[in-house]
Amino acid sequence: MSTLEIRDLHVAVEDKPILRGVNLTVKAGETHAIMGPNGSGKSTLAYAIAGHPKYTVTGGQVLLDGVDLLELSVDERARAGLFLAMQYPVEVPGVSVSNFLRSAVTSVRGEAPKLREFAKDLKAGMDALSIDAAFAQRNLNEGFSGGEKKRHEILQLELLKPKIAVLDETDSGLDVDALRVVSEGINRFRAAGETGVLLITHYTRILRYVKPDFVHVFAAGRVVEEGGPELADKLEAEGYEAYTKASA
Amino acid sequence: MGLATTPSSTLQRKSSYELDDFAVPTGREEEWRFTPLSRLKGLHDGTAAGSGAVSVAVDAAPEATVETVGREDERIGKAYVPADRVSAQAYAAFEKATVVTVPREAVASKPTVITFTGGGGTAYGHTVVRLEPMAEAVVVLDHRGSAVYADNVEFVVGDGATLKVVSLQDWADDAVHVSHHHAQLGKDATFRGFVVTLGGDVVRLSPSVSYTAPGGDADLTGLYFVDAGQHLEHRLLVDHSQPNCKSNVVYKGALQGDDAHAVWIGDVIIRVEAEGTDTYELNRNLLLTDGARADSVPNLEILTGEVAGAGHASASGRLDDEHIFYLQARGIPFDEARRLVIRGFFGQLIEKIEVEELRDRVMAKVEAELAG
Repeated sequence: MSTLEIRDLHVAVEDKPILRGVNLTVKAGETHAIMGPNGSGKSTLAYAIAGHPKYTVTGGQVLLDGVDLLELSVDERARAGLFLAMQYPVEVPGVSVSNFLRSAVTSVRGEAPKLREFAKDLKAGMDALSIDAAFAQRNLNEGFSGGEKKRHEILQLELLKPKIAVLDETDSGLDVDALRVVSEGINRFRAAGETGVLLITHYTRILRYVKPDFVHVFAAGRVVEEGGPELADKLEAEGYEAYTKASA
Repeated sequence: MGLATTPSSTLQRKSSYELDDFAVPTGREEEWRFTPLSRLKGLHDGTAAGSGAVSVAVDAAPEATVETVGREDERIGKAYVPADRVSAQAYAAFEKATVVTVPREAVASKPTVITFTGGGGTAYGHTVVRLEPMAEAVVVLDHRGSAVYADNVEFVVGDGATLKVVSLQDWADDAVHVSHHHAQLGKDATFRGFVVTLGGDVVRLSPSVSYTAPGGDADLTGLYFVDAGQHLEHRLLVDHSQPNCKSNVVYKGALQGDDAHAVWIGDVIIRVEAEGTDTYELNRNLLLTDGARADSVPNLEILTGEVAGAGHASASGRLDDEHIFYLQARGIPFDEARRLVIRGFFGQLIEKIEVEELRDRVMAKVEAELAG
């Protein structure tokens, strides 16, 4: 069973401190929601864990089953079992979805999947997320609507089967139908209970579909309050005002 | 004051069969300012004596006739008049010309491959490819080996004919090649030119298109990969002088290494009489390392108010970090992520190459450049 341990993580962007000592442990089978106002550093946490070059880690550790991810390159972290579903997946011209997915699956599994098996998995995955079959031939994220991009992120999640998934505002920009389809994908992924999920969101809406075990409130670059699902209800009713005032 | 009625494009300023009509360039001229004259091994100043060191072999389609002719042959110089000093030098100095003819209404059953192999030394050449009315053919110009070579190639595309050309500059590292490729399109003629430039120390290739009647359609595609120290220059000129003709120019290049230098000049002229012209040109450069340089100069001159479409675009930039991050975040190692993105950059172009073996060869070459 896998564990992601974030220990006293400090991160800066262009010398400006954003994360100021984050501590968080996510175990397989658990779903943690990180909630917070805009600018509280939620997305910074996601991208710093994944290794985006824009973010400089100035202190702390991120351990996945005891291995410090911060010592690894971006692709090594992914192969170690980390997955980041991005808020704004980038368009990559000339690289087809099917080619990209096959390369990713090959890299993560360490061997090329059998072509027929892969085609079957891909089709099943796309069907489950109501993604049109023609998508496989399109260029990666190019001309995708917001909803299509998010479904495609969840398709990757289901194909790559990471140990720990970080979902960065996967619910933003989705209408109710798309939110349900995407949430079902996340629930399928976590159903086996062998994976951990770190769900970053501004709104409580997605938590009605993807029930968290723990809720952490983020403000000014650190966790300021923790609790169970009931904390989300409190935020729903009261908003973030109390936290933004306290940290200002 | 009305619209100007004569184009100002420097490439059109003069053309002549006479070498002496062109002064020895100094490098300050607009058309020579990007070219490293000191590396042309004398092609531009009359000091490079031809030794005939480039052999020409033709594997022709059975429908085509191939002749090797002398300078006096009347088919030479019909479609093209030299437009600069080196072109005039090549015209003045070549001894034998290759003439490929595809007769009226003949459809060539296989590509005609003309292989130019450099054996060291300096040479001048001339090639004429003639498609009679309604003929269809694919012609490959395959340049390899080591040489200092200047030549002119004339493509005469008759009324209703379709000519597809792939010109591959796959020279050895020390080669110097200065070349003009001119396509003259008859009524409703179609020309598809695909240029791939990979090898050589200096390659300066000037593809141009003219129209003798309405309805011509020219598509010019180019792909280049510039390594450290290489100078690869492409100078396009499409001269719309007839109504209702089309042209589309897409050139893409990647550069890596110190002093890798790409030059792309895209001149399109739409003359007063060329109403209904539809033209677009695009150049993109991908700078893979520091120390590489791309100069890209699109130039669209429109002298009539009645065009169907006219546009140009040029962009040079680095590999996008966000692209690489996204692919790496899915477990794909950096080198492979880079390859995928560059392959994507070129991929759609390579798919346009008419001949499958050539497509594979170009893809393999690009892969080798990426690996190296």
